[in-house]
Amino acid sequence: MADVIDHPSRAAATPPDTRAATGYNFAYLDEQTKRMIRRAILKGVAIPGYQVPFGSREMPLPYGWGTGGIQVTAAVIGPDDTLKVIDQGADDTTNAVNIRSFFAKTAGVATTERTTEASVIQTRHRIPETPLTEDQILVYQVPIPEPLRWLEPREAETRKMHALEEYGAMHVSLYEDIARYGRIIKSYNYPVKVNDRYVMAPSPIPKFDNPKMDRMPALQLFGAGREKRIYAVPPYTKVKSLDFEDHPFTVESWEQSCALCGAGDSYLDEVVTDDKGGKMFVCSDSDYCEQRRDAGHQGDGGDSNYATRNEIPENETSSGDDR
Amino acid sequence: MTVDPVFQRPSPLLQVRGITHRYGHHIGCRDVGFDLYPGEVLGIVGESGSGKTTLLKCISGQMEPSEGSVEYQTRDAGLIDLFRMSEARRRLLMRTDWGIVYQNPRDGLRMRVSAGANVGERLMAIGDRHYGHIRSEAVDWLERVEMDIGRIDDMPHTFSGGMQQRLQIARNLVTKPRLVFMDEPTSGLDVSVQARLLDLIRGLVRTLGIACVIVTHDLGVVRLLSHRLMVMKGGSVVESGLTDQVLDDPQHPYTQLLVSSILPV
Repeated sequence: MADVIDHPSRAAATPPDTRAATGYNFAYLDEQTKRMIRRAILKGVAIPGYQVPFGSREMPLPYGWGTGGIQVTAAVIGPDDTLKVIDQGADDTTNAVNIRSFFAKTAGVATTERTTEASVIQTRHRIPETPLTEDQILVYQVPIPEPLRWLEPREAETRKMHALEEYGAMHVSLYEDIARYGRIIKSYNYPVKVNDRYVMAPSPIPKFDNPKMDRMPALQLFGAGREKRIYAVPPYTKVKSLDFEDHPFTVESWEQSCALCGAGDSYLDEVVTDDKGGKMFVCSDSDYCEQRRDAGHQGDGGDSNYATRNEIPENETSSGDDR
Repeated sequence: MTVDPVFQRPSPLLQVRGITHRYGHHIGCRDVGFDLYPGEVLGIVGESGSGKTTLLKCISGQMEPSEGSVEYQTRDAGLIDLFRMSEARRRLLMRTDWGIVYQNPRDGLRMRVSAGANVGERLMAIGDRHYGHIRSEAVDWLERVEMDIGRIDDMPHTFSGGMQQRLQIARNLVTKPRLVFMDEPTSGLDVSVQARLLDLIRGLVRTLGIACVIVTHDLGVVRLLSHRLMVMKGGSVVESGLTDQVLDDPQHPYTQLLVSSILPV
């Protein structure tokens, strides 16, 4: 097999990267496939929220691990780009590390963990806390692109519902939540309406991140590999979370702030620290947390009173908090 | 010559002309035509396989007939052919100005969401985004079909057959339709439940002035509910007229047979 085929602009842009694998085209996919994906992306951008079918390729990782996101990233990334990959907000999880090294090898692009330094960010389940800019592209990995899927199993019918803007059923599911639990309990993949037209699944991001999608300066691209769909939200596009007038959309809030950096405005993960009831809440966005700590912010190191409140003997509770 | 508008005949709500539907070589129904006026209840009777349901599907826009036209008096644009209007408009019509009550409530209900959501779905589909309002409408309609309000959040599959049928009616009437199609609404229910349901349908149709097409094989149902009657056999209408007239003085041999086959109690 031939050596790596250089991207036309590559030689001028970066010196040959020794990490790059040989035998692959730039960014793994062949140029024809990338053109096909770019055409789908352009159509998606032209019709915000509309799901464009595309010929999803077999990728060297299983469905559900980000095959759609990888293909979109491969189609938009250039040799000058800097890639950041996050999984549940963290840069150091298996999925994120491997996708990052995949592109470091097949495209030889620079990678980073800093949100502000990245030009392309591929994400699974989160939007970075740091506001994105016009110079950035956010690529989402999407498992199920069809927001109406659980209400209407027939694909032909859901397409017709989108075409005719028949979104009553979507509110039926929200009605059910309120009738049963007194509030809308859907907390992730919360359906949104894009540009006052298409109802869209924002991928399984927490609803905490939904407001960030609204009029975001960065281009947002969504790739679903198994379902073979691409959709997009262009910069500065209106994205509204569905709700009722008397039950407006709200995001999660926490009583705690981040145990490590003290942030009170970020999405927090609950981390169990020992087997004696010790736990703490930390930023799910690892880069955001690190930047804040570098800037001198400090958290309270966790909820030291948790164990006492739950009446576990005092002498057994220390281990979780002495960091 | 001018006619005093008071004495003008109202224009028909539904104009059906020459409906023929073929399933390959087999004929479902042949050359059926009628006018339906606002507030009128039309019964279609006949034995199994006589083309009743085929006809109902054709005139309610669920299936395009091989030949013929179905024109509906829309609120804003007068008579429009059902199969020549855009699909978007037809579907909007079907979920606002029309109601369809199916023989099997499973076809007409969303079985996996609560009774209240079933009733509220049409309201949400036409843009109602106020939970409190949707809820109170649902309560109101469940009361009007004589259902227990305490069961508003229960799933339809926990209801009895009669209750499911009443829920289906409430779900259809919530947008105050002008025309309701019913396909065997009482079959599969025992006689006492049937009687209550018929009583309810009769009351609602009268008070709301809904035009109605009821397909049934039960002559008792049409005797009670419908103003006019069409008798079908082998895909064709063999006799039609006022209900009492057709049932008390049947002319066609098949109608005579049908009327004489009612079991006396």
